[in-house]
Amino acid sequence: MSWLPRSPKARRRLWVVAAVAPILVLAVGLALWAMQDGVTYFVSPSEANAETAPVGRNMRLGGLVETGSVRHDAQGQVWFRVTDNAASTQVVFRGDLPDLFREGQGIVAQGTFLSDRSFRADQVLAKHDETYMPREVADRLKERGEWRPEGAQP
Amino acid sequence: MTAELGAFALALALALAALSTAFCGLGRWRNSPVLAGAGEGAMIAAAAAVALAFGALILAFVTSDFSVANVAGNSHTDKPMLYKVAGAWGSHEGSLVLWCLVMTGFGAALARARGLPFGLKASALGTQALLSTLFLAFAVFTSSPFERLDPAPFQGASLNPLLQDPALAFHPPLLYGGYVGFSVCFSLAVAALIEGRIDTAWGRWVRPWALASWALLTVGITLGSFWAYYELGWGGWWFWDPVENASFMPWLAGAALLHSAVVTERRGALGGWTVFLALLAFTFSMLGAFLVRSGVLTSVHAFAVDPERGLILLAILGVAAGAAFALFAWRVPRLKGGGLFAPVSREGALVLNNLFLTAAAATVLLGTLYPLMLEAATGQTISVGPPYFALTFTPLMVLAFLILPAGPLLAWKRGDLKGAGQRLAVAGGLALVAALAGWMVFEPKKALAAAGLGVGAWLILGALAETAERVRLFRAPLGEVGRRARGLPLAAWGMTLAHAGLGVFVLGAVAETAFKIEAVAVLPVGGTVASGPFTVTLNAVEVVEGPNYLAEQGRLTIAPTQGGTARDITAERRFFPAGGQTTTEIGLDFRGLDDVYVVMGERRRAPDGAQAWSVRVHWNPWARLIFLGPMIMTLGGLLSLMDRRLRVGVGMRRARAT
Repeated sequence: MSWLPRSPKARRRLWVVAAVAPILVLAVGLALWAMQDGVTYFVSPSEANAETAPVGRNMRLGGLVETGSVRHDAQGQVWFRVTDNAASTQVVFRGDLPDLFREGQGIVAQGTFLSDRSFRADQVLAKHDETYMPREVADRLKERGEWRPEGAQP
Repeated sequence: MTAELGAFALALALALAALSTAFCGLGRWRNSPVLAGAGEGAMIAAAAAVALAFGALILAFVTSDFSVANVAGNSHTDKPMLYKVAGAWGSHEGSLVLWCLVMTGFGAALARARGLPFGLKASALGTQALLSTLFLAFAVFTSSPFERLDPAPFQGASLNPLLQDPALAFHPPLLYGGYVGFSVCFSLAVAALIEGRIDTAWGRWVRPWALASWALLTVGITLGSFWAYYELGWGGWWFWDPVENASFMPWLAGAALLHSAVVTERRGALGGWTVFLALLAFTFSMLGAFLVRSGVLTSVHAFAVDPERGLILLAILGVAAGAAFALFAWRVPRLKGGGLFAPVSREGALVLNNLFLTAAAATVLLGTLYPLMLEAATGQTISVGPPYFALTFTPLMVLAFLILPAGPLLAWKRGDLKGAGQRLAVAGGLALVAALAGWMVFEPKKALAAAGLGVGAWLILGALAETAERVRLFRAPLGEVGRRARGLPLAAWGMTLAHAGLGVFVLGAVAETAFKIEAVAVLPVGGTVASGPFTVTLNAVEVVEGPNYLAEQGRLTIAPTQGGTARDITAERRFFPAGGQTTTEIGLDFRGLDDVYVVMGERRRAPDGAQAWSVRVHWNPWARLIFLGPMIMTLGGLLSLMDRRLRVGVGMRRARAT
């Protein structure tokens, strides 16, 4: 193999590059490819109403569970509204809710928007801690001046 | 009094750690064994002082001394004793003391270690003392757990009930043992850079620390995962949550470090790379601590979050890692390269393993930090979920697993790929059979899952094939096989176990992920729901009173649909009045390798108006293997660790002879 460099050191370096390059390319390629489908965008009800949320794509919707909006139907589905105190979105969810799901509690719902701009959730996340407010929800509420510090009730 | 004593001991520890840094530094500079010895003494004393502070904290928790703010915030008189003790590390302040305890404790162990050359030991201990000083200062000045409350409340706010669980009581100490254990590897790496010498002896010194930390981290992560599995009641065991990733990145870096340290130890090669990984592993640990504590990333299970103090952690991370990597960039070009090797060789295989592990760690890092980067750049909030990791991490790991069994069969320097292939032919054939069997047996049929089962079998069989080869199983008389088996070093057994354990884990993870079945139903008393091959009946629901909670307890019967013994289990929904929080206590029926996992949900009204409960049933095939595999891997790590002592002895004897 005359095209290989003479010195064993340079030869080893070449081998290392030959081994590293494809793995690196593979890792970067996979990461870029996966980023297209693997990431989930987060929206608040106001943003969802401003028609920025595409229908049918996996999204996360965050806000407070609107007081008085939770309703269970006979098919075992739960209906509730998520609000950022400026707009609200109807959410329907099948399955059981996390233990810390309560009216007025900050939650994040993962699922897709339906064509009537309501939201079908596959998963509802609340945290382990009762004083918890999802950070995105807290940030959006702060932007709107609706933020109340830990635990304070309106 | 106890709290003041603890606060004093903690401040004393800070002074001692700073003193140790100074003594070790001066001792190294002046080449004075007396000064360096004083540094060692100060390190041991610092560890003792932190232990005293930690003991005082535990005592305050055990005696429910609510005049201490930390106790009042995290404990309650009704709490069982185990959780009173565990409450000591359930908060930010307490867990930071634990962190310092492990760090100074490992420092003390390093100070007592024998056989290290003077310069390396003094530099390493000085670095460890400096790290300890940074973290102790953080604890003393911003996060003292000994602050008093006046007036003292009569009752505490209790520990988050989700944390009141045996698995989680032991999870932080083990996890920290691993996280912080890597600080010794970090210190040894910095010392090697300062001394400008990386040789086989250095590889031998760094390896036991890497092994011990990695083994502890494995148990810690497994316990955490098992806790999430049965305590959260979501039916899953890994969510690619930032907090999980934070513990997983040091684990990956540590696994790479273990393997690359072998090359440095045996062949004196890859020195610079091993040093880099040693720095990286602890940097990932600190990054993890920052991510978990600061709350910059939304996580479902971050506890003890405090953004401001998180920033200080970021500063410590920046200073420590920045300085170390700058030193690395400056010194590494001057290091001598080690032994040469052909691409196809044991070294080559280990280099490939390292590439895959670090590439995988990089994809996890990217997935974890990408939301932060995007938010900083565009203001958009996103989350990177399991699909990203399934598409990046998994393929890289599968490739690594495919080449893994060949590595141990290749010789150092120049390996025989054909020979290794021949020796693995049987294992490969059987793995294909396993994949086919997986395709036939499991319903619904999934090609990728069947291939995954094949990969798991390939790892186990490949590991066994290597051992069989070394003891000449089936090719030599039984007596000789036995003699050879006894003659195998413990490290060889350790490697076989660790690799086979990985295969066991892969089998479990693939089967559980691909074939689990979840069923949700609203059941009145006497109602049934089917999930997979099991039928679950709700027999009764009653209210029971626990030590610090009230629970709605469902009594259920789980019966195999195909016939077999039915078993009774209970599942609870607990209400903790102290924190006003509800938690789920799942009912778990171990069926061989499978789990039947029952969650009691809310009380609902059935359509006819009778009382009914929402019941969720998961059938998780082979879920037992997911937790068994890492335990086998840990056992392998511990076996290798026990072998070390022998070889240190051999090395010393050899050194004396020359």
